[in-house]
Amino acid sequence: MSMVTKPPAPILPPPQVPRSLIRWLHTHLFSSWWNAVLSLALALGLAGIVQPAWHWLVTVAHWQAITVNLRLFTVGLYPSEQLWRPGALLILLAFLCGGSAAVYGDLMWRVSRTLLLGCIFLACLLTAPAQLIMGGAALALLAGYALGRYRCPHRWGWQLGWCLSLPVVLLGLGGVEGTGLVSVSSTQWGGLLLTLLLAAVGIVASFPLGLLLALGRQSTLPVIRWSAIAYIELVRGVPLISVLMMFAVLLPLFLPASWGRPNMLLRILVGMTLFTAAYIAENVRGGLQAIPRGQYEAATALGLTWLQSMRHIILPQALRAVIPALVGQCISLFKDTSLATIIGSLELLGIAKTVIEQADWKSVTGGVVFEVFIFTALIYGVFTYSMSRLSRRLEHVLGVGTR
Amino acid sequence: MPPSSLTSARIPFYRNVRVLTWLVQLLFALGLAVFVWLLLSTMLENLRKQGIPISFAFLTQAAGFGIAEGLAFHPSQSYLTAFGVGILNTLRAAGIGIVLATLLGIAIGVARLSRNWLLERLATLYVETFRNVPLLLWLVFTYAAIRETLPRLREGPSLLWGTVLLSNRGVALAWPELSATFPALRPWLLLALGLGLSTWLWRRYRAQHYHPPARARALGWACAVSLLVSCSGFLWTWWTAPLPLETRVDLEDNTVFVDRNRNGTREEDEPGLPGVQVTLTTPQGRWVAQTAEDGTFTLPEGVPSPPTFTLTPMPPVFWSVPRIQGFNYRGGLVLSPEFAALLCGLVIYTASFIAEIVRAGVLAVPTGQREAARALGLSERQTFTLVIFPQALRVIIPPLINQYLNLTKNSSLAIAVGYPDLFSIALTINNQTGQAIPFVVMIMLAYLSMSLLTSWLLNMVNRRLALQTR
Repeated sequence: MSMVTKPPAPILPPPQVPRSLIRWLHTHLFSSWWNAVLSLALALGLAGIVQPAWHWLVTVAHWQAITVNLRLFTVGLYPSEQLWRPGALLILLAFLCGGSAAVYGDLMWRVSRTLLLGCIFLACLLTAPAQLIMGGAALALLAGYALGRYRCPHRWGWQLGWCLSLPVVLLGLGGVEGTGLVSVSSTQWGGLLLTLLLAAVGIVASFPLGLLLALGRQSTLPVIRWSAIAYIELVRGVPLISVLMMFAVLLPLFLPASWGRPNMLLRILVGMTLFTAAYIAENVRGGLQAIPRGQYEAATALGLTWLQSMRHIILPQALRAVIPALVGQCISLFKDTSLATIIGSLELLGIAKTVIEQADWKSVTGGVVFEVFIFTALIYGVFTYSMSRLSRRLEHVLGVGTR
Repeated sequence: MPPSSLTSARIPFYRNVRVLTWLVQLLFALGLAVFVWLLLSTMLENLRKQGIPISFAFLTQAAGFGIAEGLAFHPSQSYLTAFGVGILNTLRAAGIGIVLATLLGIAIGVARLSRNWLLERLATLYVETFRNVPLLLWLVFTYAAIRETLPRLREGPSLLWGTVLLSNRGVALAWPELSATFPALRPWLLLALGLGLSTWLWRRYRAQHYHPPARARALGWACAVSLLVSCSGFLWTWWTAPLPLETRVDLEDNTVFVDRNRNGTREEDEPGLPGVQVTLTTPQGRWVAQTAEDGTFTLPEGVPSPPTFTLTPMPPVFWSVPRIQGFNYRGGLVLSPEFAALLCGLVIYTASFIAEIVRAGVLAVPTGQREAARALGLSERQTFTLVIFPQALRVIIPPLINQYLNLTKNSSLAIAVGYPDLFSIALTINNQTGQAIPFVVMIMLAYLSMSLLTSWLLNMVNRRLALQTR
């Protein structure tokens, strides 16, 4: 019996579709009559909005309201003769960033690059004193990079620097009695400076607390587990503003009268930290639950203690799995700093409100509501957008989903 | 040697895991108790110095402040009533907000999946813009935009053929309103409800016992029957509503009233008649007006001294179009600037999150499902509504519940725009009485019970939609 075998058909390359504008328009905008109508309607509507909006942006809007108040937006009511202090601290942080970029590579390198470009851009845009600070920050960043690259490639040095940076920033801004640094009350801190400070301290302080709470919730000891659950669920059930307000109103009541009244910044920070910790705990718990049981058992079988297995086996995997959620939490903490306005603190949104109410601009027809609004939204947008970019990069560096 | 004697009674208590775990827990509980006791005792001490005893007795005292929105509230009513009004205000904002945010969110989410490039780009722009900026910023600026940049009442723009009026006094929308003839429609509505319900039960019974395919259409039949009965009830009540024979028009103060003693003039005890449509016919044309609660009606400007009136009853439910009268809006649904700003901010902000949830849910449905549906000959729309979306719902519902809870909690930001929700009223109460602990307890209880209720309701929905597996 003979079998007739046909030779297999040759594998053809995919058909070459010529790329042209007409074809692109056809597939993307005019693929059916319904799509065509939709595209035309949208284009018409867009043209109707964009043209007057552009006209307003270029000719009508009073952008002087922003440029005149730029100092308010960045540092709030910080005394002008002390402005070199936030400037110097910015230069210091830029230096640390540069050094870490050289030592840690990829991720920090990207952060530093963005920071460098931002500093140079702002230095070109701004005028005298701010220009110097931004230029100085850019130079300090480069200097730090050089130092880390050629002279001090040890991680511990830079780690120590970062650990010390937060207290140094707080002391530098607040001043120390008896030294050259005049004390500046925290009610005078404001604008973007205060927003960033609230977010940074909030994130740094709430993370360890959240981690402890997550571990507590996963604990096999019922008393600890139930305490953690009660705390997390209670805090997650109420809105942030009520927590902030409770601390603003109640913290003085809970502390002995001899301690004096804690300042408002501290109350806001405590409230924000305790609130965010509950959410971080839930995110971390998600990561802990995603770790297969085998990992726990293997760690125990190797004779590791609970602390060791957490430190070396479980947490590195659990935290890596929930990076997007954690960064999302940081982003929402950054956005939530705006709630401090309600308590009466003059951070970015608080400053924006005062600028709108300024007598000079209130008398202008229509006020400057939209100008201030667009500017403030843009600042928040830049920071949240870079945070989410950072998150994507961090996932890539740590190899989420690839190992 | 048997192994048991090796282990038994040899472990000293300080190395026995069982003892240790209990010891740790005991120490933890003790520490917690001491901490809480320290806080409480300091607080009690501080409160005693200020002369404020902790008690809930103040709740029955007169509040002494007014509430601008929600149920009518008088300052002489108690703090507890004020708090209740606050809860209702919060529920109103959150409820309407949830419905609108869901609709907008689904629309934007689907638009992000559109194959139309322009639509997809615009939806992405929307999501990225509104998600990345704090909600409070939207609230503060929507409020400022309404108060500062919108013109005054009379100069405000009117949109969509006069059905939407804007000004710095708020937003007025055309809205269906009940007229004085509505009570006659009530039995019809009850009948519609009863008939609809029995149709539904009957179709389900029939489907289960005789004719399985009929089950899918039970709800459709029930809705159709209810709608038919309500519509015929509406027309019947409208056409047959009686006007009392003694109805007269008082031309001096433009009032329609019931002339009980038939003397042709209006006395003190003769009430105005609401819900009457007054049609004026003059050589110059025809005008229509309707009487308000007290029987008065306003003639549009430029009406000559009216020679003839025709009085007809109002339909039980009519489309009330807002107009400006005196220093306020009349008719329609009026949203105060505070409520409009709060609702607008909440809806726009939450919709951007819901859009992402919807998009993720739809993308989570395997491509094979779409291909299979298309291969079976379903149209693109049928594929989406019958195959893709029901499966996507399973992925969408849990995070959606979270967004609803977020929206409810975020409605407490109302305090920034001055809308009297439960949090801002509780804060006012706290400021007046200094009762800090009851303030915390009330806030916690109110929000926790709302959260629990919402998540319980939606979890039930989720359980019904969940994949039925063995």
